[in-house]
Amino acid sequence: MKHAALPINVAVNGKARAAEVEPRLLLVHFLRENLGLTGTHVGCDTSQCGACTVHLNGAAVKSCTVLAVQADGAEVTTIEGLADGADLHPVQAAFQQEHGLQCGYCTPGMVMTAAHLLETQPDPDDDAIKHALEGNLCRCTGYVNIVKAIRAAAEQMR
Amino acid sequence: MSTEQNNPDSLIGASIRRVEDPPLLTGQGCYVDDVKLPGILHVAIHRSTHPHARIVSIDTAEAAAMPGVVCVLTGDDTGDLALRAPMLTPDMNMPEHPVLARGSVHAVGAPIAAVVAESRALAEDAAAVIGVEYDPLPVVTDAEAALEDGSPLAHEELGTNHCYTMKKENGDVDKAFAEADHICRLHMKSPRLVAMSMEARGVLAYPDPIRNELTVWMSTQGPHRSRADLANSLGFPENRIHVIAPNVGGGFGSKGCVYREDVLVCHVAQKLNRPVKWMATRSEDFLTTCQGRDQAMTSELALSKDGRMLGLKVRVVANLGAYLHSATAGPPQRMLVMAPGCYQIQDVRVEIVSAFTNTVPTGPYRGAGRPESVLNIERLADKAARDLGMDTLEIRRKNYIQPDQFPYRTGVNVVYDSGDYEKSLDEALRLSDYDRLIRMRDEARERGELVGVGVSTFVEPSGGAGFESGAVRVDRTGAVTVLTGSSSHGQGHETVWAQVAADLLKVPMESVVVRHGDTIAIQQGTGTFGSRSAVMGGGALATAAERLVAKAKAIAGNLMEASPDDVVQVEGGFAVAGVPERNVTWRQVAGAAHAKGTPAGMDPGLHEIAFFDPNREAWGFGAHVALVRIDADTGELTIEKLVLVDDIGVVLNPMIVEAQVHGGLAQGLGEALCEQMVFDEEGQPRTGTLMDYAVPRASTMPPLILGETETLNPFNPLGVKGVGEAGTNGAPPAVANAVMDALSPLGIDHIDMPYTAPKLWRAIKEARKG
Repeated sequence: MKHAALPINVAVNGKARAAEVEPRLLLVHFLRENLGLTGTHVGCDTSQCGACTVHLNGAAVKSCTVLAVQADGAEVTTIEGLADGADLHPVQAAFQQEHGLQCGYCTPGMVMTAAHLLETQPDPDDDAIKHALEGNLCRCTGYVNIVKAIRAAAEQMR
Repeated sequence: MSTEQNNPDSLIGASIRRVEDPPLLTGQGCYVDDVKLPGILHVAIHRSTHPHARIVSIDTAEAAAMPGVVCVLTGDDTGDLALRAPMLTPDMNMPEHPVLARGSVHAVGAPIAAVVAESRALAEDAAAVIGVEYDPLPVVTDAEAALEDGSPLAHEELGTNHCYTMKKENGDVDKAFAEADHICRLHMKSPRLVAMSMEARGVLAYPDPIRNELTVWMSTQGPHRSRADLANSLGFPENRIHVIAPNVGGGFGSKGCVYREDVLVCHVAQKLNRPVKWMATRSEDFLTTCQGRDQAMTSELALSKDGRMLGLKVRVVANLGAYLHSATAGPPQRMLVMAPGCYQIQDVRVEIVSAFTNTVPTGPYRGAGRPESVLNIERLADKAARDLGMDTLEIRRKNYIQPDQFPYRTGVNVVYDSGDYEKSLDEALRLSDYDRLIRMRDEARERGELVGVGVSTFVEPSGGAGFESGAVRVDRTGAVTVLTGSSSHGQGHETVWAQVAADLLKVPMESVVVRHGDTIAIQQGTGTFGSRSAVMGGGALATAAERLVAKAKAIAGNLMEASPDDVVQVEGGFAVAGVPERNVTWRQVAGAAHAKGTPAGMDPGLHEIAFFDPNREAWGFGAHVALVRIDADTGELTIEKLVLVDDIGVVLNPMIVEAQVHGGLAQGLGEALCEQMVFDEEGQPRTGTLMDYAVPRASTMPPLILGETETLNPFNPLGVKGVGEAGTNGAPPAVANAVMDALSPLGIDHIDMPYTAPKLWRAIKEARKG
């Protein structure tokens, strides 16, 4: 049911955004529908797949599990905000180099999860990488090259 | 598998990084749900909560009155609008498949009413308040049960649950069985699986009433076939429908056909003259998108006492679910061409019986009947060896079709192109250090541990289901465009076709652009499924490129005042043989081709199209070896080693091929370890979300060793065979055989997949009790 809109202010990819949103609006829909940032994908309806992962105040979160109003006053980084202009983030570059994506649908979530992992854990072993990916599903790659890419990115970033 | 290039001068065989990646990595991909149009309306669907019921009444009044709701449709509004499947046999039974239910529903999730609203949220709000009164009917969910006398009917009006029966017989099967020393029998079921592409299905239709046209963005594996299916269902001209497959987030077979929502959305858009979109939620995808496998197989293998396979009988009972999509009835038929696998068995009888049940329709899912066929013969081979007290390798070696027998006509009257199964097996044994694995197993067994080694060898037919198209065009400036009917959804066509075209034309890869997934831009096409792209799309592209080069040579000869026979290809263009300084570039040739520079009698332009159909499948093959350990206290299964050797002829891009193997393998392991769509006895889905349906995660993947052998396909211009389904074919039987080997000391000789811990724990407990 429609409820009175609430005002929110969110810094998305470094840009201040003000909006009035329904209280029930999910962050992922705010990003996709209100801001047109369609790089963040919806892959399930039970918070399992991780395709919608973004950074909220520096932490990787599933944006289908956060209300837009909860992001009021927060900083959000989406896949569109990860590269520095034409320079890909090392995780993005490594995903291409190691062929860590096929259909590309889970990729934004995978990249955001991996980028956060490497900020908190600069030298994860394969088990740590796989553990970090518990909340991200991929149906194309068998994860083999995703893990390889994250390892390669870690090396690049150290 | 090496990711290095075999021939450093050739782009074919090089692990070129994918050109399609940068947009996908930066959030600039464009999937159906990302397409923005002004004035889009959204559809939400009220679905049946009953697996089988008559609809007594539908109350849409409250929904229709809600804010933002444009209209609410039921089956009374959509009438005869329906999906149609091909008749495979003259007496095939076919239930009605209306886009919205008409009087009854036959599976949970069947669409009853559609709400069209200004936003998706409003549409969902309204769909939720629609009231439906049901008169529940008896339910059947299991195909074997559905074929028994007195079974509840999945469709009352059909009067039977039987869809079709197909039979094939070769040689003298009865004689082979009469002369056999031993008959090995096995009954097994392959679990029902969910394709679970990460992007659920979706469709956006944009009508243009002034021009009488319809543009449709669809998450599809085959836009041209979808266009024809939409035209047939809508009764709207095919040539006025423009289907676009933008980025497609996986399909694995499930997005090969048109679904009810696709037709419904097009219909609503045309009716309202507004763009209309529907995106499946994951839960809707679980309830409506074609699922895979769910076949019961009853087999008998006749053997001589020294292990020669003399005859084979297979009866397949396939669960088709409640409705027939265009491809639903297809996968079970795979057994008709694959039953004997890698083996010389000439006396073969196969019977396929398919049945309707009150479950989600089935259809192609990665492998699409291949994994079932491979599982059947490879489990049989293993059990036969065990029955006869033979080594599992020896029985395989004794019965393999031999390299000098190709092309080989099998016991189901199909010709395999080429193969060397023993070489593949030997490579897998070498890479797995097989003798050591067996020693380790035996030592572990001495200690009372449940450890097993399993082998599978398999064939993988690829490239069936009609033609594929390919075109190569060189424009005035020498820019090269490839137009392929083989529509990519993650397989890397934009990279690989550019590699192939650049290689054949001798131009830089960067100068080639690949177009696909658009029925206006692309001449015609069939699509990407069944491991067919390299074989069919590649064959079409290579044929078109060959024709183009021939024409370009004639034009170059004209420009250089040389006979076309004396013209040779050089990097970037053409030269007179032996006179390298007499040369022209592609740009010069293309310029001439478009400005009266063609030889007398030759049409202008540089645009060649090929419709390629070798009228035979390509038979890739391979061997897998698995080492597994089962925790006797918990039933937990661990794959400690998995070796995969694939032979797919020429490898176009090793990096991409290897990743296809990884992906197929993950899905194969999903089947073996954890995935199963379950319906309870009342027909309610028990695994309808990702909370309950176990898709492999990163931590599911065991250590892998990949290997390859190369046996060329003599019937393909590129020498290639398909690889997309290799992992789903070979891995499950290797794991199954390893699990059964591990459990053999307990006297267990067969358990159906998936090998979840509770299932194995129960089996171990039962066996120990006994």
